[in-house]
Amino acid sequence: MDFRLNEEQQMLQDTVARLVRGEYSFEKRLEFSETDAGFSEAFWTQLSELGLTAVPFAEELGGFGGGGVEVQSVMTELGRGLCLEPYMQSVILGGGLIDHAGNDSQKERWLTGIASGELKAAVALQEPQSFYNLKDVATRAEKSGDGYVLNGRKAVVIGGHCADLILVSARTSGDSRDTDGISLFALSPELAGVERRTYPTIDGSKGCDITLNNVEVGADALLGGEGGAGEIIEYQSGRAIAAVCAEAVGVMEMANELTLDYLKQRKQFGVPIGKFQVLQHRMVDMMSELEQARSMAILAASVADAEQSDERRRILAAAKNVIGRSGQFISENGIQSHGGIGMTWEYNFAHYAKRLIMINHQLGDDDFHLERYAGLLQAS
Amino acid sequence: MNMNYTAEELAFRNEVRAFLDEKLPADIAAKVKGFRRLTKDDHLRWQKILNAQGWYATHWPEEYGGVKWTPVQKHIWDEESCRYGVPRSIPFGVNMVAPVIIKFGNEEQKQRYLPRILSGEDWWCQGYSEPGAGSDLASLKTRAVREGDHYIVNGQKTWTTLGQHANMIFCLVRTNTEVKAQEGISFLLIDMDTPGITVRPIITLDGEHEVNEVFFEDVKVPVENLVGEEDKGWTYAKFLLTYERTGLAGIGMSKAALSHLKQLASRRIKNGRPLIEDPSFSQRIAKVEIDLTAAAISNLRIIASVEGGGVPGAESSMLKVKGTEIRQSINDLARRAIGPYAIPFVEEELDYEYDGDFLSDENAAPLTAQYFNNRKLSIFGGSNEIQKNIVSKMILGL
Repeated sequence: MDFRLNEEQQMLQDTVARLVRGEYSFEKRLEFSETDAGFSEAFWTQLSELGLTAVPFAEELGGFGGGGVEVQSVMTELGRGLCLEPYMQSVILGGGLIDHAGNDSQKERWLTGIASGELKAAVALQEPQSFYNLKDVATRAEKSGDGYVLNGRKAVVIGGHCADLILVSARTSGDSRDTDGISLFALSPELAGVERRTYPTIDGSKGCDITLNNVEVGADALLGGEGGAGEIIEYQSGRAIAAVCAEAVGVMEMANELTLDYLKQRKQFGVPIGKFQVLQHRMVDMMSELEQARSMAILAASVADAEQSDERRRILAAAKNVIGRSGQFISENGIQSHGGIGMTWEYNFAHYAKRLIMINHQLGDDDFHLERYAGLLQAS
Repeated sequence: MNMNYTAEELAFRNEVRAFLDEKLPADIAAKVKGFRRLTKDDHLRWQKILNAQGWYATHWPEEYGGVKWTPVQKHIWDEESCRYGVPRSIPFGVNMVAPVIIKFGNEEQKQRYLPRILSGEDWWCQGYSEPGAGSDLASLKTRAVREGDHYIVNGQKTWTTLGQHANMIFCLVRTNTEVKAQEGISFLLIDMDTPGITVRPIITLDGEHEVNEVFFEDVKVPVENLVGEEDKGWTYAKFLLTYERTGLAGIGMSKAALSHLKQLASRRIKNGRPLIEDPSFSQRIAKVEIDLTAAAISNLRIIASVEGGGVPGAESSMLKVKGTEIRQSINDLARRAIGPYAIPFVEEELDYEYDGDFLSDENAAPLTAQYFNNRKLSIFGGSNEIQKNIVSKMILGL
């Protein structure tokens, strides 16, 4: 048994780490966040030039053929830098859905662009009523001639405001929350009837809600078989869960490093506050939470690309549950250990704290995944 | 044992309700209940109404324009005003500096400052914390050196809540460096318009401007602005902190927040049903409601124990810890209740005047920001760690 990265994986992680350290200072991040895109186009270009947007794709697509561990290596470092680029949305989930469901011509058309970084995809799977259940799809796609007409509303599409391609789940048959009958469409946001309401997010990024008003698409917009996308979406969201778990570990690492530094530097009552036992024990608890999270992120990465099974479902639900809880623990206790300074915009800790809480609202929070896990409990 | 209000107390409650029904401006109540932003003018407008009723200064003797409420009456006011959506009282003038001036100030100071607090002419802020003096407040370094009829003040204060609105600040300053920390502190009243004072905003993680840094550079303060005796300021500071701590448990605010949460959870949908019917979410709400019930009774027990007069002791520290934890749990649940919509931050929806479509729920926009903002509850007014130190020392004798 060996939990270390192999040489190639370590090189990959070091590459991302160097890039993030060089390009993504806290001050620069605040500037990136203020732009219309809400991230750095230049940094995105650098990621793609280093081949990082191609990491999970097959070699014939110009990819690196990377799996869960390679994705984990990238995401953890992006987490440490609190990077705002839509890597998870476009490369992992968007790319994953097309790779999984698309035919050869669709892959040729979109996937090569995603892998090279020239095309950015966003993923519109949630709806106002869906909470975190991606099978709760009310958006309808009606057959019309050779194509479809889409109507509905998709919620909280991170990166959707500036994506070149939007992947939309819509119901071609069945009732709300049925697994069967969900179809997946790839569409340009420029199509008539696509309305986007763009907003900043509380953790410094940008996204939008999308209203689809009689949006006409051709048959070539349908990814995979009609009505068969439910399982594909579940599988690919699992890969995305593994990716954000890895990101969260990077965020938690930095949050803990910042807190520990503060405990050593900040003096009250004539001593560093790290001399107070109550703060020592809290810091130890924060470290233990990080270790729990790290273990689950590793476990999640190990099944990210495995064949679907209840065991894979359980592991991913468990990982997201642990990450949600440990993230909140580290966020809240880190702020408390800092005192008022931990709540200020000008100091980076608060931004790590916010990202950790928001990760819990992406792809299902700890309650949602606890329920999922409970539903998959083995009898013995 | 009798846990009921007396006939007089019930009559008082009716009087409070009648007053609020009639006089609380609907727009202000709507802002408070919907967690929208309040302006300085909103606060002043409400203060004038309250003062006209004679109910603004409930800690003051009647001779200075205060009203003599019993602890139970204050509690009734707290409960009802939170329920109705009364803006939180800005305590720095009326509940902080005023009791100090009344107890330790001279007649001239009372005549000058108290009426201006009542009328809203002066807006006070608090100059206690410094970058190097937070929990260890007595280590403060802002220096005041006597030169003739003035003190020359140099230094920096921080976390000055709503200092951007204030024209007066009460400050703890060091007047003697020869003695031990607590014995060289004085209590000064400073006009914010004095040359040499700079107020710089601190933006918090939710993007709000609520707190400030205040810098003092050779600020000339007349000696008549000293409260009580030089170097005795620590005694006055501690007296003030006992007033600060009462009410920090925020039971009334938690009740209002819980009611808001339940309404929100009734509107939000999960698996096709209202979220409040979801077994795990309703259990989470139930748990915090149970905790709040217990804390509310603890609060009443403390109130009853001081009904004869005086201020609560270390018990209120215990309640501050519990009360703030409960309020933070409610904020946590409200954020959870909006699911993925916790992520967008549609700032314009925080404005009461906003008349566009709401992205999700009409009350969703402030919820995540408020969850983050209220992490302050366990930090300010003496951090919860400091409160536990007080309990452990004063009650347990450890």
